[in-house]
Amino acid sequence: MARVLVGIKRVIDYAVKIRVKSDKSGVVVDGVKHSMNPFDEIAIEEAVRMKEKKLAKEVIAVSCGPTASQETIRTALAMGADKGIHVEISGNEAEFLQPIHVSKILAKLAQDEKVDLIIVGKQAIDDDCNQTAQMTGGVLGWPTATFCSKIEHGQNELTVTREIDGGLEVVKVKTPAVLSADLRLNEPRYATLPNIMKAKKKPVKKISPKDLGIDITPRIQIISVEDPPVRQAGSILPDVDTLISKLKEGGHL
Amino acid sequence: MFATYCRTLKTNVNFVSILQRLESTLVIAEHNNEAVSPITQNALTAAKKIGGDITVLVAGTKCGPVSEKISKAKDVARVLVAESDAFKGFTPESLAPLIIATQKQHNFSHIVAGASAFGKALLPRVAASLDISPASDIIGITSADTFVRTIYAGNAIQTLKIKDAIKIISIRGTSFEPAALEGGSAKIEQAPAGDYKSTLIEFVSQELAKSDRPELTSAKAIVSGGRGLKSADNFKLLYDLADKLNAAVGASRAAVDAGYVANDLQIGQTGKIVAPNLYIAVGISGAIQHLAGMKDSKTIVAINKDPDAPIFQVADYGLVQDLFKAVPELTGKL
Repeated sequence: MARVLVGIKRVIDYAVKIRVKSDKSGVVVDGVKHSMNPFDEIAIEEAVRMKEKKLAKEVIAVSCGPTASQETIRTALAMGADKGIHVEISGNEAEFLQPIHVSKILAKLAQDEKVDLIIVGKQAIDDDCNQTAQMTGGVLGWPTATFCSKIEHGQNELTVTREIDGGLEVVKVKTPAVLSADLRLNEPRYATLPNIMKAKKKPVKKISPKDLGIDITPRIQIISVEDPPVRQAGSILPDVDTLISKLKEGGHL
Repeated sequence: MFATYCRTLKTNVNFVSILQRLESTLVIAEHNNEAVSPITQNALTAAKKIGGDITVLVAGTKCGPVSEKISKAKDVARVLVAESDAFKGFTPESLAPLIIATQKQHNFSHIVAGASAFGKALLPRVAASLDISPASDIIGITSADTFVRTIYAGNAIQTLKIKDAIKIISIRGTSFEPAALEGGSAKIEQAPAGDYKSTLIEFVSQELAKSDRPELTSAKAIVSGGRGLKSADNFKLLYDLADKLNAAVGASRAAVDAGYVANDLQIGQTGKIVAPNLYIAVGISGAIQHLAGMKDSKTIVAINKDPDAPIFQVADYGLVQDLFKAVPELTGKL
């Protein structure tokens, strides 16, 4: 039975309207509601379902970031993960942590923990990179099925349906493999109160990138973060005829 | 005086061309073994902005027509062709080693592809193998190492500098004009040979949605529907309107989740990013995640019966009406 590593990220909650800092160094994160990256919830859910179907022996949830990332790990444990690994990175360093660093950390942990499968979300909704799964696969030399909407388990291989631009695609990957979860993969469960209480007793190991021998020096320098251009206010039209004449004026018809 | 000016100008021109000569970009062509994907043309424009030599890599099971076509693009210096069964399904596991072999031979300063499902799946794997930190979905190029992209679902614009020697970037198609595939005559050469077949992954099949309408990401007009459409059948109202406008049809996540349309029509942060001349949002409230995919459209029209729907904050023209009345009326009058 497989051992599964799931990468999860603590991000600003998807419903929050973000604010750019006045010094243009980034966005305001202090005092803002955070939660687990929605795609990572789907990744955890998939791993836990594997365990429920006796396809997985153990589900390990890993998060890289400041102390507060432990809350995200607890959420994963409450959803059904067995143990957590918190790769502690100070708030300041975490701001400049990139998928290249996370992928090296996940790759090292996958080897140390002897896992057969790594599942991560297809992208984090803060940096919108969509890189970590692909890079982890690259570091390990494992096949990577990105944007998964269906995973079927075979003997030492997985048949995966992927969401691509024109529709869907099916690939077979040999395990060990890396997968990235798309929205359509599953519907993540809510953590129930008893499970939240139980999750408090589950083990969470704390380590540093240094312990893993991974250099987290930023490879990309953020020069500025600014507000996007604001659209000119539009107008509410009284009827369809006015809309048609406006579209004609604009050369759209 | 004039002579001095000319000399200065000449020196500057030389200086610029020396700088540009240092840059050399590899563009990874996206295609389906028959035709070039339009996003490749956008990627060529981005490569021109970087400056310097442009090489295009065409890999697939059949590359003849595509490499011929790309060799006619102006400013492309050469087209490298890798035709093999190994590239069936364009799997990153087979393409990444080819790109790395090509990089080793030619030493490019930049590797560029479109930020489509293909480019997104491929480039980070290449980057990891080369120990490079890539930049995704670039919307602007400030200089050879400085790029602009959006974060937080398009709600912030980040300017970044890549410190690695090789810059690996995927570009947002809608942010760069498509380069014409004419006016040039690039050399067609063989890409470095090797055994690129991967035993780790096997392409099984593809199920592509068939449609006579324009392709979503390059359409000039898009009619898009949300939860307000209430059923898959009601989407016909939008198809009728789209046919009148020669528009593509898109959808919000709510409409896809409810099963009204297939997920390849989803527009938004995690779906497709579009920027047509005309975007008509019908029965779409305008969540942050949807706006991320369409707010760079030139003209936005919203039809929604809820006057407080956030979509009206970005719409140029709003119609606060029941879509089941407004859409047929609009279609009828066009």
